[in-house]
Amino acid sequence: MALDKNQIAQRIAQEINDGNYVNLGIGIPTLVANYIPSNVNVILQSENGLLGIGPFPTDENVDADLINAGKQTITYVKGAAFFDSSRSFAMIRGGHVDLTILGAFEVSEKGDIASWKVPGKMVKGMGGAMDLVSSAKNIIVAMQHTNKGQSKILKECTLPLTGVNCVKKIVTDIAVLEVTANGFKLLERAPGVSVEEIINSTEGKLIVEGEIPEMKLY
Amino acid sequence: MNKVVKNVYEAIDGIANNMTLMVGGFGLCGIPENSILALSKTEIKGLTCISNNAGVDDFGLGLLLKNKQISKMISSYVGENVEFERQLLSGELEVELNPQGTLAERIRAGGAGIPAFFVPAGYGTEVAEGKEVREFDGKMHLMETALKADFAIVKAWKGDTNGNLIYKYTANNFNEVMATAGKITIAEVEELVPAGELDPNCIHTPGIYVQRIFKGENYEKRIEQRTIKTQ
Repeated sequence: MALDKNQIAQRIAQEINDGNYVNLGIGIPTLVANYIPSNVNVILQSENGLLGIGPFPTDENVDADLINAGKQTITYVKGAAFFDSSRSFAMIRGGHVDLTILGAFEVSEKGDIASWKVPGKMVKGMGGAMDLVSSAKNIIVAMQHTNKGQSKILKECTLPLTGVNCVKKIVTDIAVLEVTANGFKLLERAPGVSVEEIINSTEGKLIVEGEIPEMKLY
Repeated sequence: MNKVVKNVYEAIDGIANNMTLMVGGFGLCGIPENSILALSKTEIKGLTCISNNAGVDDFGLGLLLKNKQISKMISSYVGENVEFERQLLSGELEVELNPQGTLAERIRAGGAGIPAFFVPAGYGTEVAEGKEVREFDGKMHLMETALKADFAIVKAWKGDTNGNLIYKYTANNFNEVMATAGKITIAEVEELVPAGELDPNCIHTPGIYVQRIFKGENYEKRIEQRTIKTQ
């Protein structure tokens, strides 16, 4: 059965290592924070100027001066640090953020990502996504494998790009894929989803080697 | 070195048609509410506004958009504003979208006397159109140019009469960097104290960057996404 948004987040949380500095994008990536095990020490970066994002506030702790990149009210953890936008992106561009997790409309087999613009519809802007994908050491995409039956795991992206040759891993509702020099390598499948179904849902080149294990959600 | 002006109208004096303004804030967080409201009551138009976002329909820079006082926005994300979308689609408003970090660095460069620099963000995308591309250490980069403004308008938490500023939490965002890049920088603050009362170790913006400072009033601090812990 295909994963729901929370289960995708749950699977991605397993990719986070102790000691990582991590930037979580808007949408499913934000949910990843809920599944990081308590024994894994992680500092979450918010590109509007915070290292050390905490949980959402209680009603009485809401502070308009304390928000995340999605403009949601948040708190900060003990040992947090605040800084301005130029320094925030200096730490991103400088490669100091270990892992970026973001959503996408499409990913290509070369690791190109399209996530910011749908021509003919409203153009909202790229925000920090282009900076993040061009400089993070590791980039994981959280997305739906298909949209209305159409694959979003493609040979070439059809929508305007956010970045080229940058995505390392993709967790979709049906599969975990690694972007390799030779195409998408199928690493895991969602519980109850067949390899054949993943092949049929993937337009880009898919490499299937040996037995493909089911994802473990914990 | 007293930088204090009487009120917001004295602070924005000299802002004229077709000027370029930098306006601090991220979303509605840390925006110079008093100065924007005062500008919305003037007849000034043709403004180019450099600001990460464009406010919402009835608050922040949305107030100036509604009055058609802005002819061009240089921003990274403008998704919260219906009037903005209408003016963009009708061609009344010109928009230049920059990756957020590139926008911040262009402003930093403007304040630091660096005319241009190279960054990887946007390589291979439509952001790269018309820009010089160079390879450094095996990675492709775009040349980006500095941004400066006739007036930079920022909002700080605390300031002193010398123009030294301290920002609060994530309300710093673009304010600190923009303060460096205005020919004239206006700071509106929640608390204004005599020089010497702020800890010099904790100053974000040294007063050299600030020409005018005043204590703002009636901060609304509107929240876009009030999100509360469940359970």
